Amino acid sequence: MAKLIDVSDLNIYYGSFLAVEDVSMTIEPRAVTALIGPSGCGKSTFLRSLNRMHEVIPDARVEGKVVMDGQDLYDKDVDPVSVRQHIGMVFQRPNPFPTMSIYDNVAAGVRLNAKRMRKKDMDDLVESSLRGANLWNEVKDRLDKPGMGLSGGQQQRLCIARAIAIRPSVLLMDEPCSALDPISTLAVEDLIAELKNEYTIVIVTHNMQQAARVSDQTGFFNLAAIGKPGRLIELDSTSTIFSNPSQKATEDYISGRFG
Amino acid sequence: MSTPTRAPERDPGRGSIATGAKRPGDGIFRGTATAAGTLILLTLAAVAAFLMWQSLPAFTTDDEIPRGSLTAYIGPLLFGTVLAAVIALVVATPVAVGIGLFISHFAPRRAAQGLGYLVDLLAAVPSIVYGIWGAVVLSQAMLPIYGWLADNLGFIPLFAGPASASGRTIFTAGLVLAVMVLPIITALARDIFLQTPRLHEEAALALGATRWEMIRYAVLPYARSGVVSAAMLGLGRALGETMAVALVLSVSNVVTFNLISNTNPGTIAANIALQFPEAAGVETNVLIASGLALFVITFLVNFAARWIVARSGVKA
Repeated sequence: MAKLIDVSDLNIYYGSFLAVEDVSMTIEPRAVTALIGPSGCGKSTFLRSLNRMHEVIPDARVEGKVVMDGQDLYDKDVDPVSVRQHIGMVFQRPNPFPTMSIYDNVAAGVRLNAKRMRKKDMDDLVESSLRGANLWNEVKDRLDKPGMGLSGGQQQRLCIARAIAIRPSVLLMDEPCSALDPISTLAVEDLIAELKNEYTIVIVTHNMQQAARVSDQTGFFNLAAIGKPGRLIELDSTSTIFSNPSQKATEDYISGRFG
Repeated sequence: MSTPTRAPERDPGRGSIATGAKRPGDGIFRGTATAAGTLILLTLAAVAAFLMWQSLPAFTTDDEIPRGSLTAYIGPLLFGTVLAAVIALVVATPVAVGIGLFISHFAPRRAAQGLGYLVDLLAAVPSIVYGIWGAVVLSQAMLPIYGWLADNLGFIPLFAGPASASGRTIFTAGLVLAVMVLPIITALARDIFLQTPRLHEEAALALGATRWEMIRYAVLPYARSGVVSAAMLGLGRALGETMAVALVLSVSNVVTFNLISNTNPGTIAANIALQFPEAAGVETNVLIASGLALFVITFLVNFAARWIVARSGVKA
């Protein structure tokens, strides 16, 4: 189920502004790839280009290749809607659908893809997705209550359950813990460690301890100056990046001697 | 807190906290805002008092009231008022939501802006112009459609016919009203659609939603209560609209759901406009009593709208 993604020579634009320049990297399957770097360096933009969410913004576009399973995701024949069904996403702030119950939130993605499902099968899917997101025991008695009634950490895990309910191959996470308290953060980090057995995971984080804790490989993004495009400086195994990086900029950043 | 008197000693340059200083700006602003708020209440109360006081003779008089009794007079008018407004709403709301969604989510940005201005411009056209357009153009244009409806869908009571030869039916009046309330509903709906949190839209898109599915999952649930209140605002305008209806509708003061025949119920506002110049004595009071009925209906509609909005309210 988990898939390898091969990115080559990716340039990402907002209108005429080049936001991310010339990124090439390989994202390993069944592993967690963390993307770190200072604010504005384009790591979130890069993440969003992996499931074609970048182009949702008016005038935003991408040049280069993102190949998964031998298929370039930016090929003319590829429908962005089906790309997003294979590459799920979790956002910085929890965003359950406010009018929907917990159950309907988890079921939303499956219903979108117009699969008719028997009630029993849907119940099973909702349960397994919520179990997969370590949320089942906390919400099993109130599945018909609004998703917005949960705490922030629970909402974020609900969003993860919603994302994995459609059985994607890849899960993208854009600073999934930045709006959460330390206990909820721990719950989500534990969950990430479990999820990587089944999914390819890419996580953007500002928290370097988090990158060190959860990821197998780490990519460091940086930008030369404000207004200049962001670049991938270095991608290596997490232990190498945090103990013995090959680039001076990486070392400065992770040791806090940045800028 | 226990040493308020020592602070000045340590910091002699700043004086005591308890200077008793007045800040006049605050008071003035508060006074103005309160006055404005009170004024609107007073105005409303004055209108209600005027209507009740002036319509009182219509309830107590022994003189001849047109059409026998007050209920027999106002009843059909009330019916026509609501019927025309409901037709307008049923036609205008889906169109307004469509235009609103097109502007907010489908049109290229430049086209969307132009279209937005155009819709706002519709609201600036005086109602008498709509009235003339309805009487001269629309009623004629509708003739073949009424004929077809009467011939083919005559089994539905709404289209029982016989089709009006002038085209000046309650349905035509409703359509003119629909055009008139369209800009209000569209403008409000568009603004609400544009306010949909990006986060919710992206949640749907990231699950593999198409544009329409994203709108169904994120935009419409968020906007539902707002669209209801927009429609109710439109309904309020349709209920009170006078000139357009007075010009378009050929009235025979009956209660009928037949929308396309030449016997149509009138509306309260149009009826007042048409009858008032020649009314005398208790007739005037009767007309004002019908105005009171319109006032009450409009109030009820607004309360109903609030109730619907509160019930389906979404905290986003």
